[in-house]
Amino acid sequence: MLELIDKYWLYFLIGQYPGGPLGGLVLTLILASLGLLLSLPLGLALGLMRVSPWRWLRLPVTGFVYLVRGIPLLMVVFWAYFFLPSITGVKTNQFWTMLIALVVFDAAYLAEIVRAGIQGLPKGQMECARALGLPYLKAMRCVVLPQALRHSLPSLVNQFISTIKETSLGYIIGLTEVSFIANQINTLAFTKPVEVFGILGLTYFVLCFGLSRFAHWVERRMARQGLGGRISTKPAA
Amino acid sequence: MIELQNVNKWYGDYHALVDVTETITSGEVVVVCGPSGSGKSTLIRTINRLEEIQGGHILLDGRDVHDPRLDVNLLRAGIGFVFQQFNLFPHLTVVDNCTLAAVQLKKMAPAEARERAMALLERVGLAHKAQALPAQLSGGQQQRVAIARALTLKPPVMLLDEPTSALDPEMVGEVLLVMRDLAKDGMTMVCVTHEMGFAREVADRVIFMDQGAVLERATPHEFFNHPQHARTQKFLADIRSPFEHGAA
Amino acid sequence: MIQFDPQMLLAGQYHDMLVAGFKMSLQYLFYGLCLSLPLGLLIALCRLSPFKLLRAFGTSYVEVVRSIPLLAHMLFWYFGVPEMLPTALKEVLYESPVESICAVLAISVYVAAYMAEDIRSGIRAVPAVQLEAARAIGLSYVQAMRLVILPQALRLTVPPLISQTLNLWKGTSIATVIGAAELMYEVGQVESQSFRSFEAFAFASVAYLTVSLVITGLASWFQHRYPVRTM
Repeated sequence: MLELIDKYWLYFLIGQYPGGPLGGLVLTLILASLGLLLSLPLGLALGLMRVSPWRWLRLPVTGFVYLVRGIPLLMVVFWAYFFLPSITGVKTNQFWTMLIALVVFDAAYLAEIVRAGIQGLPKGQMECARALGLPYLKAMRCVVLPQALRHSLPSLVNQFISTIKETSLGYIIGLTEVSFIANQINTLAFTKPVEVFGILGLTYFVLCFGLSRFAHWVERRMARQGLGGRISTKPAA
Repeated sequence: MIELQNVNKWYGDYHALVDVTETITSGEVVVVCGPSGSGKSTLIRTINRLEEIQGGHILLDGRDVHDPRLDVNLLRAGIGFVFQQFNLFPHLTVVDNCTLAAVQLKKMAPAEARERAMALLERVGLAHKAQALPAQLSGGQQQRVAIARALTLKPPVMLLDEPTSALDPEMVGEVLLVMRDLAKDGMTMVCVTHEMGFAREVADRVIFMDQGAVLERATPHEFFNHPQHARTQKFLADIRSPFEHGAA
Repeated sequence: MIQFDPQMLLAGQYHDMLVAGFKMSLQYLFYGLCLSLPLGLLIALCRLSPFKLLRAFGTSYVEVVRSIPLLAHMLFWYFGVPEMLPTALKEVLYESPVESICAVLAISVYVAAYMAEDIRSGIRAVPAVQLEAARAIGLSYVQAMRLVILPQALRLTVPPLISQTLNLWKGTSIATVIGAAELMYEVGQVESQSFRSFEAFAFASVAYLTVSLVITGLASWFQHRYPVRTM
C-alpha cells in the first residue's frame, strides 16, 4: 500500500500537470468550487422566480426545475457534452461541459432550497415590510432573503458537499478528475484495486465528512445566536 | 382624513365586508370592535391595501387609494400599521428595525433617521434597548418597538390591528399607555381591539361590526351605557359576565 | 442542424436496445428498493439502539457511505470487492451478471444510508410527550411504540423515503460506468452506432422523467391521503 501511495500520490493530486492538463484532486476541488460559485447566483434568481407573484415567470421556471430534478445528472452531462458544441459552435472541452452541467443541475436544486427558505418564513415578515412602504424587491432584499438564506445555510453547505460528489461524473466523459485518475492508477498498478479505490473513498470521505462537520458547527452556532430556525423538541426515541 | 364609501369585499362566496361606509376625521381616535370573524381586521387592512376590495371606494385625504396613478408603496409609507404579531425583523437590531424603511425609501438621510428613531424609542421607553435584537425583548417591548417603527416615517394616520391580543396580560398595560399618549398628541388612529378600557377612556368613537357590516357607531359613553342594536347588547353582555352567558 | 427522427424510437433495432435498457433500469430500481429499505431500517435501528457499539456502527456507516460518491462506490464494488472474495465465490460471481449484481449492491448500500437517516429523523420527530402520554394512560413501551409512535413516524417518514427512491432511480444511471446494460449504457451504445444522439437522449430523458413523475406523484398522493396530523 505504501509504495502505491509513494509512487502515485502526485498523479492523484494534480494529474499530469504540468505535462498535461490539470487533474486529480485539485481539479475536483476547482470544479466543485467554481460550480458552486456560479450556481449560487443562478439558483438564487431561479428561487426568487419560483416564488414570484407573476405567473409568466413562475410557471416556466417551475417546469424547468421539475425537468432538471427529474432526470439524472448524467443525462444533463450527456446533453451538455453532445449538444453544447452545436449550439455554441465551439468544441467545448470536458471541463467546461462538466462545469456547465453542474451549474445548471445545482441551480435547480438550489432554487428549491431558496424557495423553501423563503416560504418557511412567517408571512407577516413580507407583509410588514410592504406595510412600511418597501417595494417587493427591496422587501425581499432587506427583510426576507437575509433571514431565508441564513436559515438555509446548512442546506447550502450540504449542496456544496453534493457538488463535490457530483464532480465524479466527469469520469464518464473522460475528465481527469480524481475518480478518473484513480481508475488510471488501478490500470497501471493492476493488482491492487482494493487499495486504490479504498484510498479514493477515503479521500472523498475526508473532504465531505469534514465539510458536513463544518455545516453542523454552523448550524449549532446559529442556533446559539437565536437566529437559527429550529424548535427542538426532545425526540421520542 | 379617511373615507370609506360602500366598501365591499368577498372571499370567494363569503361576503367579508358588507357596504361599509365610514368617515374618520383628522385627530379622531376610532375603536373598531366586534366578535371574531366580524371583518374588523379585514376592514383596516383594506385601507393600506394589504387586502383588496371588490366594491366601493376608500379615500385617504381625498385621494382614492386604488387610483392606478398612485404608487402603493408611497401610500403605505404614509400610513403607520401595527400588527397583532408585532412582526419585527429578527435579523436587525431594534433601531435598525425602525430606520430600515426611512433609509431604503430615501425619505431621510441615515443619520436623521437614526436620530428620529432614537427619539421615538425614547418616547416608548425603550431607548436603552436600541442595539438589542428582537429575540431579546419581551412581547410588550417588541410591540412598543413596532409602534416606534411605524411612527418613524411620520405618518399622519396609524392603523392598529389588535395590538395587544398576542400579549401576556401583564404586558398589555405598557402598550396601551403608549397608544394613549399617541392619541393625546393628536394622532389619527383606527384601532381594532378587545380592550374595552382603552375604548372607554381614549376613543372618540366606537364602531361595532358583526358579519362584515357596521351595526352601531357611537361615542364610548353611548356605546357602553346605551347600546342600541340587539347584537351589540349581546356582545357587551358576553364580555362583562362570561359565566352567566346562556346557551351559545 | 439537429434533425429529429422519431421513427427510430418507435420500432427497429435501436428502439429494442433502448427499451431493453429501460427495463434493466427498472429492475435495478426494484431490486435496489428491496435491498435498501430493510438495510436502511436496520441501520436506523442501530443508530437508535441503547448499545454504544451498535450506535457507533450505525453512525459510521451513514457518515462514511454518504461522503463517497455513488460512482466511487460502483468502482469499488466492481473492481475491488471481487478481489476480496475467496476464489470459489469469485468464480461464481463472474459466472453471473456481475455488472448488474455490483450495480444493485452499490446503489442499495448507498441509498440505504440516506434512508436510515430519514427513518431515524421520522421516529425522532414524534415529540417525546407522545410517548409520555401513551405511558401515562397505561400502555407498555412496546405498545406505545406500536400504537402511538410508529404510526406517526411512518407518516413523517414516507415522503422522504419516496424522495430517496427518486434518487435511487436516478442513481441507476451511474451503473453505466461499470458496463451494466441499463438505459444510460444503451443510450451510449445507440449513440455510437447510429450517431442519433438527439433521439436517444430524448427517449432516455422522457423515460427518466416519466418514472420520476410517477414516483413524485406517489409522494403527493400519500401526503394527501395520509396527512401528518400535528397539534
